[in-house]
Amino acid sequence: MGMNTQGRPTRMAATIAADNMATGGYADTISGSRGLDQAEPLIFERGGLDRCGVDLPEPKGSATRLGGLERKAEIGLPGLAEPETMRHYVRLSRKNYAIDLGLYPLGSCTMKHNPRLNEKMARLPGFADVHPLQPVATVQGAYQLMGELAHWLMTLTNMPAVAMSPKAGAHGEFCGMMAIRAKLDADGETGRRRVLVPESAHGTNPATAVQCGFTVDEIPADKTGRVDMEAFKAKLGDDVAGIMLTNPNTCGLFERDIREIADLIHEAGGYFYCDGANFNAIVGRVRPGDLGVDAMHINLHKTFSTPHGGGGPGSGPTVLSEALAPHAPVPYVVQTEKGGWDLVENMDDAEGDPFGRMAAFHGQMGMFTRALTYMMSHGSDGLRQVAEDAVLNANYIQARLKHVMTTAYDGTCMHEALFDDRFLKDTGVTTLDFAKAMIDEGYHPMTMYFPLVVHGAMLIEPTETESMSGLDRFIEVLEALALAAKAGDKDRFLAAPVHAPTTRLDETRAARQPVLRWTPPVETVEAAE
Amino acid sequence: MRYLPHTDTDRKAMLDAIGVASIDDLFTDVPEAARLDGLIDLPTRQTELQVERTLSAMASRNIAASHAPFFVGAGAYKHHVPATVDHLIQRSEFLTAYTPYQPEISQGTLQTLFEFQTQVALLTGMDVANASMYDGSTACAEAVMMAARVTRRNKAVMAGSVHPHYVEASRTLAKYSDVEITVTDAAPADLDAVIAEIDDTTSCVVIQTPDIFGRLHDLREVSRIAHEKGALVIAVFTEAVSLGLVEAPGHMGADIAVGEGQSIGVGLNFGGPYVGLFACKDDRRFIRQMPGRLAGETVDADGRRGFVLTLSTREQHIRRDKATSNICTNSGLCALAWTIHMTLLGEKGLTTLARLNHETACELADALSGVPGVEIVNETFFNEFTLLLSRPAADVVDDLAKVGVLGGVPASRLYPGRFENYLIVAATETNTPEDIAVFAKALAGVL
Repeated sequence: MGMNTQGRPTRMAATIAADNMATGGYADTISGSRGLDQAEPLIFERGGLDRCGVDLPEPKGSATRLGGLERKAEIGLPGLAEPETMRHYVRLSRKNYAIDLGLYPLGSCTMKHNPRLNEKMARLPGFADVHPLQPVATVQGAYQLMGELAHWLMTLTNMPAVAMSPKAGAHGEFCGMMAIRAKLDADGETGRRRVLVPESAHGTNPATAVQCGFTVDEIPADKTGRVDMEAFKAKLGDDVAGIMLTNPNTCGLFERDIREIADLIHEAGGYFYCDGANFNAIVGRVRPGDLGVDAMHINLHKTFSTPHGGGGPGSGPTVLSEALAPHAPVPYVVQTEKGGWDLVENMDDAEGDPFGRMAAFHGQMGMFTRALTYMMSHGSDGLRQVAEDAVLNANYIQARLKHVMTTAYDGTCMHEALFDDRFLKDTGVTTLDFAKAMIDEGYHPMTMYFPLVVHGAMLIEPTETESMSGLDRFIEVLEALALAAKAGDKDRFLAAPVHAPTTRLDETRAARQPVLRWTPPVETVEAAE
Repeated sequence: MRYLPHTDTDRKAMLDAIGVASIDDLFTDVPEAARLDGLIDLPTRQTELQVERTLSAMASRNIAASHAPFFVGAGAYKHHVPATVDHLIQRSEFLTAYTPYQPEISQGTLQTLFEFQTQVALLTGMDVANASMYDGSTACAEAVMMAARVTRRNKAVMAGSVHPHYVEASRTLAKYSDVEITVTDAAPADLDAVIAEIDDTTSCVVIQTPDIFGRLHDLREVSRIAHEKGALVIAVFTEAVSLGLVEAPGHMGADIAVGEGQSIGVGLNFGGPYVGLFACKDDRRFIRQMPGRLAGETVDADGRRGFVLTLSTREQHIRRDKATSNICTNSGLCALAWTIHMTLLGEKGLTTLARLNHETACELADALSGVPGVEIVNETFFNEFTLLLSRPAADVVDDLAKVGVLGGVPASRLYPGRFENYLIVAATETNTPEDIAVFAKALAGVL
C-alpha cells in the first residue's frame, strides 16, 4: 500500500474529533487526499458548537411563552463559518459522479441532461416563494401552472384526468392502485383482491399493491422477455383486481400484446395499472390511453428532466381513466367559469368520491415548474423527437456491442439495452466487477442485476441527450473491457475501482454492523467529565 | 431542438449501423392501432426567451411571500435561507446525480446523508434517523405504520390537534391495512383525551408539538402512560426551527419523531418539494422496521472510511411485497439543503434563530391582542398561534389579501365546517416591526 492510497485509518477520526472538541478548532486536511481528491472529515469532526456561518441579530432576551418547555441540554450540533461550509460541501460534491460530468447509463432510471432554464424558472419568486395555504386569489398563476401541466400530461397520454399530488413515482403507483381499490369497493367488487405483477416489475409494484390491501400474483416472462400470455390468461379470474405492468418493460422491450392484455384484464373485471417509469421511450409517439391503460404515474424527472438531486425529490402525477377519475385524491385544481382557478381541498367538496389525501398540500410544485418548462421548450415536435432519439441511441448501443457482449433478448429494444453476463462466463469477472471497472474508465456503470429475470443483468439506458460521438466513445470502452475480460485480464476488474475517490466499499460490513450516525468519540466524553 | 445533439446525418448513420431503414422500424413492436403518425395537439417548441416570458407572466400573477407582510404558516414557514445553500445545491455534482447506487463515485451524496441523519437525530433527541422522506405528512403516515409493525398492534391514536393534512395522509396510507386510526377531538384537544384512548391494543399515540394551533405540549406524562401500556409515542412537528428552543421529543419520552424539515434550507415552493424528517430510538426492532433509505459508515478495500446505502433488505427492491414501505426515492437534494443550512447555523445559530422567531411571535401577539375583536387563544406557543376573531376568519383573510397582507390560515380551511372564527398566524425572523404594525392596522380595519 503506497503512501498516496494509504488513507486515514477510521479510528483516527476519534482522535481528530477529540482535538476539535477540545480546541474548538478544526482538523487540517488529513492523509487520504490524492491530488485534487481531498479527504474530507465529517462536519462533526471539524465544527464547533460556538461556530456559526450566519449573521443574525441578537435576541432581546425578552420573556417567553414556552410554558416551561424550554430546552435544557445542548443539542450537540456543530457549526462552520461560511467559507468552511462552502469548502466542505464543494469538496464533497467533487466525490460525486453526475450527468453533467458524463454519461450516466442507469437503465430504468433515465438520467438525461437537466437544462438550467428549468432551474431558473422554478426559482421565480412567484413559484418558489408562495405558500400552499395562501388565499386562492393570490396564487392564481401557480394554479394556472398546475392546470397547464395537467393539460400537457392528459394530452400526451390521452387520459381524461390526472392527480397531481403524488410526491414520487412510488407514491404515484400508490395513487393509481388506491383509485382502483376505491373503484372496486364502490362497485361492490369486494372479492377482487389479487393483483397480477410480472416478474420483471420494479420492486415498488408489489410493495404498492400490498399497501393497498391486495395480494400479489407474479406472471412469468416468456422467452422474448415479455409477459407470458398463456400464464397471464391462466391467472385471470373473478378475484383479479388488475394488473401492474411496465411498458416499455424493464427488459427494455415494448409489450407487443399490450392491447390484448388490456382487453383481457377489462373483460375479467380488473383494471390496468401501467408503470410509467419508461414513458420517455414513447412520449409523442404512443399515448397510453390508446393502449387501454386505466392508471399510470409519470416520473417527471425521467421523462421531463427534473434533476434527481442524488436521490430525490421526485414527482409522480398519475393519469386516470374515466372509470377511476372520480376517485382521484384531494386536493386538485379546477378552472372556474370566469376563467380563474380554484382548489378543491376537502373530500366533501369533491364532485366524485376521492379515496383520500396523499400528503399535505398540492404536490411537488418545484418539479411541476421544471417539467412544464421542459415540455414547452420541446413542444409536441421536440417531445416526439425525444422518444425517437432515446430509442435510436439504445438500439445503436445494442447493435454495436452485441458482438462482444451478450444481449438478453433478440430484436429491437426501446430506450434501454439489456445485456446479461454470459459473455463473462469462465472469465472470473462478475457483472459487479465489470461495473466497477467502468468507473476506472470514467463512466458511471449501468443498472446491475436488474431486472431480476436475467442472470447478471446489465441494463444500459443512454437517453436522448447523448451525442453519437459520445456514444461511440462509450461503446469503445465497453468493447475494450469485454475483450480484456475475455483475454483473462481479471485483476484489472477485481481491483477496480482504483481511480475513484474510494476503492471498493464493504457493503456487507455496513449492513452487519450498522453505523448510521456519527457519535462523539469516547475520548471526548472522558475529557469532558 | 437544443437539448438533442443529433444531426439528421448522425441519425442516418446510426440507423445504418443498426441495420434498419427508418426510425419507424424501431417501433414495430407497438401495435399499429396505437402508433401516432402526426403530432400531438400541443404547442410546438419554443425558444428559451419565449418560455421565460410565458412562465414569468404566470409567476407574476402570484403574490410572493417576500412581497407582502406575510403571516401564513400551518405546516410551511417562510424563513430566510442563506445564499450559500442554493448555490451549493446547484453544484452540478449534487444537483444532477442519481441515487448513490455506486458508492465509490457517490461519496458526496452519501457523506452528506450521513451528516443529515446525525443532525436530525441530534435535533430530535433521537438515536438514529433515515435519509429523509417526501415530507412531514408522509413521514407521519409511515411512522404510524411502523409502530403497528413494531408493536404488532393495530390501534393508532392521533391527537385532533395534529395537522389535519397529516391525519388525512395517515388515514389514506392505513386505509387498507389492519391499522385503525382513532382521532381525538381537536377542541379542547389536550392530552387527556389522548391518554383516555390508550389501552392494551394501542400501537401508538401521535401528538404534534407545537400543534396545529401553535400550542406546545409536554409529552412526559403521556409517554409514561403509553409505555406502561406497551404503546409507542410518535411526536410530530411541522416547524423544525422550534427544536432550537423547546425540549426535543426524544427527551420527553417519544419513541419516534417525525416532522417537516422545510423550515431549514428549503423554500415555500407552494407545498413541495419538502423534506420529511424521521428519527427513532436505537432499538433493533425499530431500525429494521424503518421506512426509507439509510446511509451507513463502512470502509473501503484500503481500510479508509466511506459511506454506502445500507440495510436495504428492508426495502422494496429486495423484499418486494414484504418491504417495510414501497418508498423508492427520498428528498435527497432537499436533505442536502437542510444539512448545509443547519451546518451554517450550528447550535449557536439555530438557538439564536429560534429565539428570534419566538420573540417576533411574542411581539406579534402583543400587537394583535390590542386589536378590537381579537382574542389570542394560546397560552403557549413557539412562532405560531391562534386568534379568535369577531367574524369568520376565511372572510378576514380574503379582505386582508385585498389590502396586500397575507394574514394567516383560517382554521376552517383545515377543519371544514369548524372553527370558523379562528385564524392561525405565524411569525418568523423575516417579519419586521413594520410588517407587524401593518398587519395589526389592517386587521383592525377589516374586523
